Amino acid sequence: MIKYICKRLVYLALTLWVIVTATFFLMKKLPGSPFDSERFNMMSAQQQQAILEQYGLNESVPRQYVKYMGNILHGDFGTSFTYTGQKVSTVIGGRIGPSALIGLQAVLIGLAVGLTLGIIAAWRHNSGIDYFTMIVAVLGVSVPNFVAAALLQYYVALKWGILPVGFWTDWKCSVLPSIALSFSATAMIARFIRTEMLEVLEQDYIVTAKAKGLSPMKVLIRHAVRNSIIPVVTILGPIVVNLLTGSLAVENIYTIPGIGSLFVDSIKANDYSTIMGITIFYSAFYIFVVLIVDIAYSLIDPRIRLAAGKEG
Amino acid sequence: MDELFVKAYVDESEKEHIARPNLTALQDGWLRLKKNKAAVVCLFTLIAIGLLAILAPEFSRYSYKETNYDIIYQIPSMEHFFGTDQFGRDLWVRTWMGTRISLLIAFVAALLDLTLGVTYGAVSALAGGKVDAVMQRIIEVLVGIPHLIIVILLMMVMPAGIWTIVVALSITGWVNMARLVRGSILKLKNQEFVLAARVLGTSTAGIIWKHLIPNTVGVIVINAMFTIPSAIFTEAFLSFIGIGMQEPKASLGVLINNGYQVLRNFPHVLIFPAIVIVLIMVCFSILGDGLRDALDPRMRK
Amino acid sequence: MSRLLEVNQLQVHIRTQHGIVQAVRGISFYLDEQETLAIVGESGSGKSISVKSIMGLLPKNGKIVGGSILLEGKDLSKYSERQMQTIRGSDISMIFQDPMTSLNPTMTIGKQIVEVLKEHRKDMTKTQMKDRALELISLVGISNPETRFDQYPHQLSGGMRQRVVIAVALACDPKILIADEPTTALDVTIQAQILDLMKDLQKKIKTSIIIITHNLGVVANIADRVAVMYGGQLVESADVRELFYQTEHPYTKGLLASIPKASHKGGELTAIHGTPPDLMDPPKGCPFAARCTKTMEVCRQYPPEDMLCGESHHARCWLLDERAKAFRE
Repeated sequence: MIKYICKRLVYLALTLWVIVTATFFLMKKLPGSPFDSERFNMMSAQQQQAILEQYGLNESVPRQYVKYMGNILHGDFGTSFTYTGQKVSTVIGGRIGPSALIGLQAVLIGLAVGLTLGIIAAWRHNSGIDYFTMIVAVLGVSVPNFVAAALLQYYVALKWGILPVGFWTDWKCSVLPSIALSFSATAMIARFIRTEMLEVLEQDYIVTAKAKGLSPMKVLIRHAVRNSIIPVVTILGPIVVNLLTGSLAVENIYTIPGIGSLFVDSIKANDYSTIMGITIFYSAFYIFVVLIVDIAYSLIDPRIRLAAGKEG
Repeated sequence: MDELFVKAYVDESEKEHIARPNLTALQDGWLRLKKNKAAVVCLFTLIAIGLLAILAPEFSRYSYKETNYDIIYQIPSMEHFFGTDQFGRDLWVRTWMGTRISLLIAFVAALLDLTLGVTYGAVSALAGGKVDAVMQRIIEVLVGIPHLIIVILLMMVMPAGIWTIVVALSITGWVNMARLVRGSILKLKNQEFVLAARVLGTSTAGIIWKHLIPNTVGVIVINAMFTIPSAIFTEAFLSFIGIGMQEPKASLGVLINNGYQVLRNFPHVLIFPAIVIVLIMVCFSILGDGLRDALDPRMRK
Repeated sequence: MSRLLEVNQLQVHIRTQHGIVQAVRGISFYLDEQETLAIVGESGSGKSISVKSIMGLLPKNGKIVGGSILLEGKDLSKYSERQMQTIRGSDISMIFQDPMTSLNPTMTIGKQIVEVLKEHRKDMTKTQMKDRALELISLVGISNPETRFDQYPHQLSGGMRQRVVIAVALACDPKILIADEPTTALDVTIQAQILDLMKDLQKKIKTSIIIITHNLGVVANIADRVAVMYGGQLVESADVRELFYQTEHPYTKGLLASIPKASHKGGELTAIHGTPPDLMDPPKGCPFAARCTKTMEVCRQYPPEDMLCGESHHARCWLLDERAKAFRE
């Protein structure tokens, strides 16, 4: 088990390294520099040189790379170009809050709604609610999150004025973005658990449970649901990816001061150190979640946990 | 009745009773798919959309980039089926032009994905041993990279345009296909029917063509079926946040971005491209699910 | 004379997308206290469906369309689902073929045994239930019950899992134990052990057993009486010795003849040519007519009646009719 975790951590480090390196060299290839503004061009050559030195941009690219990697290991991701003077890590740190809150709420909504719909749909296979759930699942995955977010904003906020259009002033502001973000998670969870349940319901041990004289509800909850829920953990990885990418559009549309909108803004402003910082942050976060999920799964499924079982 | 107690004539053929006619996996799959009404409807919808995308812009007198400030923001009419946008451009033409571009990008990207992925996966699985081990490690590292990030970064670095997006999408997409293909071939290689074929004297090439490939085709087709909507979504997303296709060229993402900006007062600019993209995604999804069910031998009852 | 279980003219239909399959076409049999009845037949003969109907465990597309199932005089086929729930697990229990998949892989075996006690023995306390479960685990021949109680199914071998399945079935001292091919998925040596266990427990708990099998060796080992099914009908039933030594029905004779004998070296195996009939469109006469070597015209036109051919030995075959005397010679 420990060996397994170590192996995974090595892969994690390798993957991160590949990402950081790739991103670094890509950034260097960016057309235009962060200083393409008129102000910069109006400065004297000396001043320009001084600024370049300050940001370490006057050295050769390979040397910059080595320096950068060294800095990262100390937790220093450089300074932001747009938020002059501030360290990237601080800037990112300041914006984690809203993104985390919305993300978490989206996951909770996804679980609550998705699990309920999926379980009922499988239990009442081919009934009205099954078709309804399938439609919801398909729509949730097919309607691009930015379209859903835009429409929600238009109808619920603008036309009906029930909830705020955007910004981050009080708790109500987090409702629409969380809902918009949760669509894909809900759809994925509902569809997944429905498939799992349908398979579980075909298993022999369900018949054994019925043969014990248990009521259908008890069979459903104690045997069917219990065994179907365990694998749901495995789709947390793709769900997290969806949330990360979804947040880029959703935060944009609802003007939320989170990491997603920071990323988009940095791209538009060519702020490479921030872009790099966020890229590393997102990637590390994602890989980490996948690792945790894998470990968690092996802990909660007794077949894997006690894999020393004899085969008879 | 007494006279019936004499020997009866029994036809040999009556003894054997075959429960079902014999069909190959593909024929059976096609038959089952046809029964899935939703999937069939989706197939036809997609064909219809495809035809509109190819033909509609050709048969209209308006061009997708011709501006006319006298007729801005018109609502749908006989003149302009989908109305006009803030630059007076005909939205019917722009929408189908955009669909054309989005579909083109998606299909080409999916095709590249497929080619790269299948080749890599097949080579890895068939070669086995050390080669496979190394190739597998590479995949394990690559799979951990969130696609969108790389795609976005690539988009920033390369000049905007259709081919850029296609390349960016393919560079990260093939990994999943490779993994699936490799997994499928490995699983099949070790199954008993391959052993049986060997025992009966089939050559290695014969095994590859007659057994491994037909059974993997299912996996490939289904995965491709899901890659296309994923590509459409990614392209639309990129265009929406401004780093995909650029004006005046249209793609569904560009159109939606455009529509979003004037959503408050002129919703029709957003609605039409939104409906088209949702329809495409939904149809591919249902069709993909239908295919998966149809090609799954376990579902044969 | 009221028997423990009496099945009369049971008919079961299964609705499929291609049509209605008449899986069980009017069978009747009985079961007395403390006896073991074996139901023998090929796949598709209707044996599994028959016993599932007794338990009320037919699949969603299955339905009892005729006949009655009397447990101590009460007709189970008319019971509601709720009523059946009180019977299942306590009056009648059932065990299935594949021990690898019959137990819930994410629940400890102790919990799975206690579950059936919780359901029907609400008079017991938690400790009593655990004690009873431990007792059952030993009773079925598993050592170290304390350790095994907290283990998961995948930690036990196939034979042990089947023992656990039996323990669950017998937990509430049922009147009838139905075993659907309980040894088919096990190694031959383990098969013998399980059958011995069942016989042993039958004496201790005084339960009756219905065992479904296609293996005549199992029948010889454990059964008191045998019922042979073919094409959805009961074609022969008798005490076990009668069946083996005074076989009447051509199908049963065919089954017995197809058992390979160690003494018969070289040469072909004797098999019954052909395949079972299509029950969506069942033959109007005897179901075995197409494959029988002694078919008469009457066999193809009229279904044979139930004839008595010995002490409580029944068979459905026109050959037993007096009018067939000439043909038999």
